Amino acid sequence: MKKEISENGVLPGKIKEWFKACRTGDVPDNGGSCIKYQDEQIAIFHFADLKEWFATQNLCPHKQQMSLSHGLLGDSAGEPKVACPFHKKTFSLKSGSCLTDPELYCIKTYPVKVEDGFVLIGIRE
Amino acid sequence: MKNSSFKHSRKRIMVIGNGMTGHKFCEKLKEKDTHNQFIITVLSEEQRRAYDRVHLSNYFSEKRVDNMYLCEPGWYKDQNIQLCLGESVAEIDKYKKNIISSSGNIFSYDYLVIATGSSPFIPSVPGTDLFGIHVYRTIEDLELIMAHAYKSKKATVIGGGLLGLEAAKAMLDLNMETHVVEFSPRLMPRQLDETGAGFLKTKLEHIGIQIHLNKNTVAFRGRDKIESIEFADHTELETDMAVISAGIRPRDELARQCGLKIGPRGGIMVNEHLQTSDPCIYAIGECALFEGMIYGLVAPGYEMAEVVASLLTGVEKTFHSFDMSTKLKLIGVDVASFGDPFGMNTAHNPVIFEDRKHDVYKRINISEDGKTLLGGILVGDAQPYNMLLQTYRNGLALPHNLENILFEIGNKEGKNGGGIMELPGSALICSCENISKETICNAVVNQGVTDIEGMKKCTKAGTGCGGCIPFVKDLINETLKLQGKAVKQTLCEHFDYSRQELYELIRVKEIKTFDNALQSFGHGAGCEICKPAIASILASAWNDLIIRQATIQDTNDRYLANIQKGGSYSVVPRIPGGEITPEKLIAIGQIAQKYNLYCKITGGQRIDLFGALVHQLPQIWEDLIAAGFESGHAYGKAVRTVKSCVGSTWCRYGLHDSVGFAIELEERYKGLRSPHKIKMAVSGCIRECAEAQAKDIGVIATEKGWNLFVCGNGGAKPQHAVLFASNIDKETVIRYIDRLLMFYIKTAEPLTRTATWLNKMEGGLEHLKKVVIDDELGICDALEKEMKQTLDQYYCEWKAVVENPELRKQFTHFVNSGDPDPTIQFNEIRKQKVPASWE
Repeated sequence: MKKEISENGVLPGKIKEWFKACRTGDVPDNGGSCIKYQDEQIAIFHFADLKEWFATQNLCPHKQQMSLSHGLLGDSAGEPKVACPFHKKTFSLKSGSCLTDPELYCIKTYPVKVEDGFVLIGIRE
Repeated sequence: MKNSSFKHSRKRIMVIGNGMTGHKFCEKLKEKDTHNQFIITVLSEEQRRAYDRVHLSNYFSEKRVDNMYLCEPGWYKDQNIQLCLGESVAEIDKYKKNIISSSGNIFSYDYLVIATGSSPFIPSVPGTDLFGIHVYRTIEDLELIMAHAYKSKKATVIGGGLLGLEAAKAMLDLNMETHVVEFSPRLMPRQLDETGAGFLKTKLEHIGIQIHLNKNTVAFRGRDKIESIEFADHTELETDMAVISAGIRPRDELARQCGLKIGPRGGIMVNEHLQTSDPCIYAIGECALFEGMIYGLVAPGYEMAEVVASLLTGVEKTFHSFDMSTKLKLIGVDVASFGDPFGMNTAHNPVIFEDRKHDVYKRINISEDGKTLLGGILVGDAQPYNMLLQTYRNGLALPHNLENILFEIGNKEGKNGGGIMELPGSALICSCENISKETICNAVVNQGVTDIEGMKKCTKAGTGCGGCIPFVKDLINETLKLQGKAVKQTLCEHFDYSRQELYELIRVKEIKTFDNALQSFGHGAGCEICKPAIASILASAWNDLIIRQATIQDTNDRYLANIQKGGSYSVVPRIPGGEITPEKLIAIGQIAQKYNLYCKITGGQRIDLFGALVHQLPQIWEDLIAAGFESGHAYGKAVRTVKSCVGSTWCRYGLHDSVGFAIELEERYKGLRSPHKIKMAVSGCIRECAEAQAKDIGVIATEKGWNLFVCGNGGAKPQHAVLFASNIDKETVIRYIDRLLMFYIKTAEPLTRTATWLNKMEGGLEHLKKVVIDDELGICDALEKEMKQTLDQYYCEWKAVVENPELRKQFTHFVNSGDPDPTIQFNEIRKQKVPASWE
């Protein structure tokens, strides 16, 4: 399970660090939370029923708003996605591609794993 | 070995141009080329792949190209077509059968298809190169126009034809004083007769376009940029910019260079197979000259693409002179012309209808024996266009009563969508894509298509000029009905129920959470459509604290505040009826000062406090609650505010206490959640200072009581509220509002305002009156009871959060740090803070 999650459509690159981001309870079921890693803002999402975790940049590239962690989660034909609260652009949580404007926008995704009640984010080189 | 010899026998097709016709040709050829016998290469001088030029002006309103493209980004690659954008052709060598691109690449071909289209015709008069003179043809042209319009007040369009008027509409949309200059004595001379053109002129003048006829432009004048236009009659028109739209010139220069036959006034001459004078070279679209005619519409271009694609794949087909019927809509002015609009070709009797009051002109030309429709013109009302066109194209018998065909065939009261279902199966519905009625009905019956988007994907009907879309929609719905399938509204891919059905299910089964609803009636993980819709139903039905299920709430509901540019929030405390004591005003001011919030009086007679960070929200609410305020629900799809005029207590005209009644209504319905926001107002007399007729619920005092208006709204599509009951007392007003709002909450589709809800209601206002006033369905008791249940549940949501430490904890930006969002930045304007602007 863990292996699958960490490989979800994430761009290749060696993981230099697993950042201990927060406790699992800090992320609401079927929702998201924002964490701070150095100067980066990372959105963590939790699909409770599927026990799946995803992480992406918190910035919505459409209007440069730090908003994705507050977006509504869901799926489109099985593809997990998040909708930005501002204008409802939706992004695949697996590939990071924008489902509403595939040509224009794409977001960064991060590998995630859960250990001892903590959510760990893979930071690449 | 076998493979390579097969490869060798593949024919190389070169296409020059990637406009609408060039793209259509590729589509058609790939579709017919089942044996994969062609290697296709497309060269285009443009930087973008093919996009919809018919609806070019959409670019002004939407400012995005992505939904104008004719295919998905990877389409050419997926189809194995080599698409070279930004690569123009320098030379065609028809003897060696190759072409040389401007960057020096050489491509050889077996067959060449020229689809270079046309360019705007620029009259050869002095000054056309002045700054500020534009053409209207590509997205790049539009971008230049927009940039220029930014600093211009007055725009002049040269040319009063189809394209010119389209451009004029765009200029008007850019908020410029707009003039149209036409050489001939009437507008759209190719499509309209003198009377029709006169009607169109009046209509356009009413909406603010100034029309100048009989004007022969002789020069553009100006020093550095255009300043005026000079005409042959020695008059002059000052202008800040000009858009030349005086016709098109076929792009035949490449063909000319390589010695193909060109028409005397331009255009690559083609035969009925669209072959040029070199049988291996075809020309299609606006660069081709067929029987002395250039076809400047998309439908004939697509038909040409079809013919060449068929011929190349070994199917005999010929091109025939094409029907130039056309319909366009200019800022609400319908214009259509079809068949032989002037009755030039055959002896005929015209039937003419003129309505100068509403600027409507209709003319149909009927054969001498009265049996056949030859053509016609519609100005001001093109409703009957599709049916007339069908009658004309299919040679259908004319009805005995000509009014039936001139006025709204398939009108709303009529059964079975009028005559559509009586059309023969072969009737051509979408002429751009050449799709018959039969194909559309079959897609519904055999392939399960139920809506226009599905139909576009399945058959391509409606993807060209879009003129047939209303007709296609009717056909889909009528076919579904014939099959006994109700036209069903489902919420989204996760719930196969309408909102109304879900509302009933949720109440009956006492569902209290989204997860439970999804398990019981849905599938998948939900989405941004069904989550807020179900959240709204749950709130209307049970009125539980919404942020206990924070992750299904729409943007603003999640933090009980309105998210604003930059990511800060605004806070609106309730001020019922707009009445407030000095103490409370001071308190708001002090709180705003304490948290450094920007203040603005809203249209709903309240005060909006902007610029709060998410972690400050509970503190601000705590202070507001301590000063006697509660949530104003400005963030919710809920009852917002009841606006009032000052009423009989102060006003010398006031008949009753409008402020008192407004406060009573606001206190009663505050926070009631609904499919969309609900606004109300109470005016103390007929002068209507509270603008009650622009609200969902409007109450106006009369000598004898109150008049109740319902289902109005402002916004993008303003609609006046309609009079629902006259001279009724307060108790009756409240009873009717209880029933009407609960009926709305139970039956409206998601995010539908009361105005649209009423517009879509079968039977309309009369039906609504029967339900709410006469209780014809026998549900009024239940409606009132449900309303009471919900209203009794009211509490202030802010207070619930302020008093609950667990809920307060949700109000942070980071979960692993107490820092606020460092990206939120403010500037200062007029002594208050405002967010740093976004891209």
